[in-house]
Amino acid sequence: MEMNRKNKILIGLGAVAGILLVKLFYIQIINDKYKVDASNNSMVYNYIYPPRGVIYDRNGEILVGNEVCYDISVTPRDVQPFDTLALAAALGIEPDYIRERMAYYRQYRTRIGYQTLSFLKHIPQENYIRFTEEAYRFPGFRAEVRSVRQYPFNAGGNLLGYISEVDADYIKNHPDYRSGDYVGRTGLEAAMEEKLRGVKGYHIYLRDSRNRVQSPYMDGAEDKEAEPGKDVVSTIDAHLQQYGQQLMEGKVGSVVAIEPSTGEILAMVSSPGIDVDVLSDIGRHYSEISRNPRKPMFNRTVMASYPPGSVFKLVNGLIGLQEGTLTPSNRYPCVHGFPYGGNRRLGCHGHASPLDLLSAIATSCNGYFCYVFRNILDNKKYKNTAEALDAWREYVLSFGFGRKLGSDFPSELGGNIPTSAFYDRVYGKGRWRFQTIISLSIGQGEIGATPLQIANLAATMANRGYYYIPHIVKDSDGIEIDPKYKERQYTLVDTAHFHKAVQGMYMAVNGGGSAGGTAFSARIPGLDVCGKTGTAQNPHGKDNSVFICFAPKDDPKIAVAAYVENAGFGATWALPVASLMLEKYLNGEISESRKYLEDRLLTTRFF
Amino acid sequence: MDKTTGSFDRGLGKTVDWWIVACYLMLVLIGWVNIYASIHSTEPASIFDWTARSGKQFVWILTAFVLDILILFVINPRLWEVVSPYMYVVVLFLLVLVIFVSKDVKGSHSWFELGPVKFQPAEISKITTSLLLAAVMSKANFRLSNRRHFLAVAAIIGLPMLAILGESETGSALVYVGFLLVLYREGMSGIWLVQLGMAILLFILTLITDWWVSVAVLFAICAFYYIQFLRHTRRESIHIRRRALFRTLLAFAAGVMMVFATDFIFENVLQDHQRKRIEVLLGLKEDPSGVGYNVRQSMIAIGSGGLAGKGFLQGTQTTYGFVPEQSTDFIFCTVGEEWGFLGCLTVILLYVFLIWRIITDADKSREAFTRIYGYCLASCLMMHLFINIGMTIGLMPVIGIPLPLLSYGGSSLWAFSVMIFIFIALDRQEKKYF
Repeated sequence: MEMNRKNKILIGLGAVAGILLVKLFYIQIINDKYKVDASNNSMVYNYIYPPRGVIYDRNGEILVGNEVCYDISVTPRDVQPFDTLALAAALGIEPDYIRERMAYYRQYRTRIGYQTLSFLKHIPQENYIRFTEEAYRFPGFRAEVRSVRQYPFNAGGNLLGYISEVDADYIKNHPDYRSGDYVGRTGLEAAMEEKLRGVKGYHIYLRDSRNRVQSPYMDGAEDKEAEPGKDVVSTIDAHLQQYGQQLMEGKVGSVVAIEPSTGEILAMVSSPGIDVDVLSDIGRHYSEISRNPRKPMFNRTVMASYPPGSVFKLVNGLIGLQEGTLTPSNRYPCVHGFPYGGNRRLGCHGHASPLDLLSAIATSCNGYFCYVFRNILDNKKYKNTAEALDAWREYVLSFGFGRKLGSDFPSELGGNIPTSAFYDRVYGKGRWRFQTIISLSIGQGEIGATPLQIANLAATMANRGYYYIPHIVKDSDGIEIDPKYKERQYTLVDTAHFHKAVQGMYMAVNGGGSAGGTAFSARIPGLDVCGKTGTAQNPHGKDNSVFICFAPKDDPKIAVAAYVENAGFGATWALPVASLMLEKYLNGEISESRKYLEDRLLTTRFF
Repeated sequence: MDKTTGSFDRGLGKTVDWWIVACYLMLVLIGWVNIYASIHSTEPASIFDWTARSGKQFVWILTAFVLDILILFVINPRLWEVVSPYMYVVVLFLLVLVIFVSKDVKGSHSWFELGPVKFQPAEISKITTSLLLAAVMSKANFRLSNRRHFLAVAAIIGLPMLAILGESETGSALVYVGFLLVLYREGMSGIWLVQLGMAILLFILTLITDWWVSVAVLFAICAFYYIQFLRHTRRESIHIRRRALFRTLLAFAAGVMMVFATDFIFENVLQDHQRKRIEVLLGLKEDPSGVGYNVRQSMIAIGSGGLAGKGFLQGTQTTYGFVPEQSTDFIFCTVGEEWGFLGCLTVILLYVFLIWRIITDADKSREAFTRIYGYCLASCLMMHLFINIGMTIGLMPVIGIPLPLLSYGGSSLWAFSVMIFIFIALDRQEKKYF
């Protein structure tokens, strides 16, 4: 072809057509982005929200149900001049509120566009009815019926958790949620979100660019009906939970009750907690809750890490027995404590001396357990203290301390059991020995345990050497819990040794005050309660008060741990809380002789 | 009836370029069908419904056919050359007048309203400018290299262009740039086209990168050209080589000035909406609901068509009114959505074939007037094609000009019909004698 100007121009024409066709080929055939966009553009999904699953307690009581609530929404672009006073009267609100909102919509009209916004939430039913009768007078306003959570019992605010509307951040990480969806944020609502939420349905309509719906898409062939959320049966005993909350009112701390034969959590009280009526409208109370210095949102039962105090002596004693560094008949002297180096002494209270293991547990003798722990660490089996400490730690971990238990409850923390590497870092390798870490003997120092772990210890004691991972959801129709919750978790200590320790716990409660038992007021005639007190030093103020117990001794039905912050000696506060829970659960009521304990708890508030 | 043109019986099949007529008819028909599709909602009306745009377009099409027949068989084609100066002056007058008497339609002042009838003189001015350009440049003593002649040509193209810019119809004004192709065909140095291309390249490059990138690219191109020049002119005198170096440096200096003027032009010469459209086009700014909305919706509509399209009246984007101006400037969206890539290919190939036929016929012509007019027509069609379709697929900024023969609207359809049939008539008249 001759390269004259005509042909050059024709080549130019070919180039123009080529550029257009290449770009068309790209956007029509290669790139899928525009196809996706197109379906978003023209189809409007009218979502049908399934009712969220109901949460039941172990006895079939409803803990969380659903309730209808009425909202008013507005599409500012569709609003025509209307009688502000009439609308205010229909909705039962101040006219100024309407004027204020309308001014706001006018100001941001370009940004709002054709969006529909929430105008008013939770209006009473009679106002809803009045509004719907007059709705024709207020084009652009629409009443919406929504279902909200409803709580028949004031039990387990922290435990149940709350749901709230998803925000932009959440949608980014969870693409199957859309704006306007609700999601469980904490507690059971969060843990069981998958089951509770059900499957949203939708009706598809075609719409035009002004968001006006034109007709059902494919005559509804692609529509999907909503699947209701699955109900969840929790292991909680609603009455026990409620009772625990009443006892803990005005105190800071936790109570956890576990059924030892299953690992099912019967009650899980974190105080101060959240009232259930706050849960249903968390948005309005959120700032107030988050400003509260006692952190009611903070679920102490699984998130607070405390030194377990004297209840930990059980663990040390058991390890000593297993390691052979302690025999039940070993007697150690206690002269108001344990002297270690120079004038230092780990103090103890007054009691008979010397003691054997049973009495040492019953009286919670500090000196005795210093010997026990020293012998564990000085065990000739191990090259040095560090190795012995790590062996000790293995035992402790087998009790469920120092690691997450693996409960189905969200945001569980693991607590802390120190390693030799930790002390090497702090003091230098080989530069620490038993005396340096003597606090561990009595459950103090660098040990941190959650109330759930402490309750798990009580359950382990009750089971004489094993536990089930504590969990909060039971098997029910359509929900099968993880099989791991049905497997026994054995500690590294033989069952035979547990009998000794349990005997000590029995003595602590039933040995009588004269024998030095620290927990005699936990005695409940006919129930064979076993218990162990603890008083954990608290660097921030008064000692924390701890008590674990289970009953009946030979066929334990319930194990309870109570941990009351800054309340002093364990027998004074934690003990009555735990033992009243126990009695309430097993007997259904509090015996006359123990009413004084209940009265004292119900009337005492530390804040 | 003139005796030279009135003969229906002599060689009609040989003298009229029926390929052009066929392309014309098919494009008009495709336009009509797609206008119907673009206004079709869930309550379909008849395609002949007078109150709807498709019905009105049907009337425009019928009247355009009448015009076509008049031009082809009634009016003596010689007449166009004779009356072109008068028509040009009248239309130029109207172009200026409309600025002062028209209502403001989205910022532009380009429509005359006579009762129910509206028309846009800018559409007609393409015809009159082409005719006058052909008349002037086909004069026996015309030389493009002659400075006075060149200025005359520049004035013929420039005056209506300025008037249309004054109406704020940037798109229609841009079409006149296409006449550079005609000048090129008639002997203007190709270097001007290269320089225009360079200026656009530098402008875009400066906007999306940095001034030094543009200067570096400019330097590379100038250096490349000069080295090529030296290699091909080894035996030329030192004088020529020195002059070439001087010119290269001059071009480089002009380019650098262009680069540094870019920001000034962008910020101060262009209007706000034009600046925004260019920013969106070049991806400098995201504006999905504002300026970017049209383009985004249009690309979604076209892109969602896929290979074979969603089928006639099945488009969801165009039928439900997502694409604005869908029956006029964005008619191509309906083609893209409902007929897919194959439909787009068909339409574009029809245009290419039409333009190719026009250029070939024009180039073969022994009459300079016919040739120049044919090239004018071809460049107008090419500019419209590229700007309009380029705009719908995000290659060009949003510039409101119609797609010839397809877009809804009487002015545009009439203008292109008249323009094309004048060429067919000129071509036919010549073929009758040779």
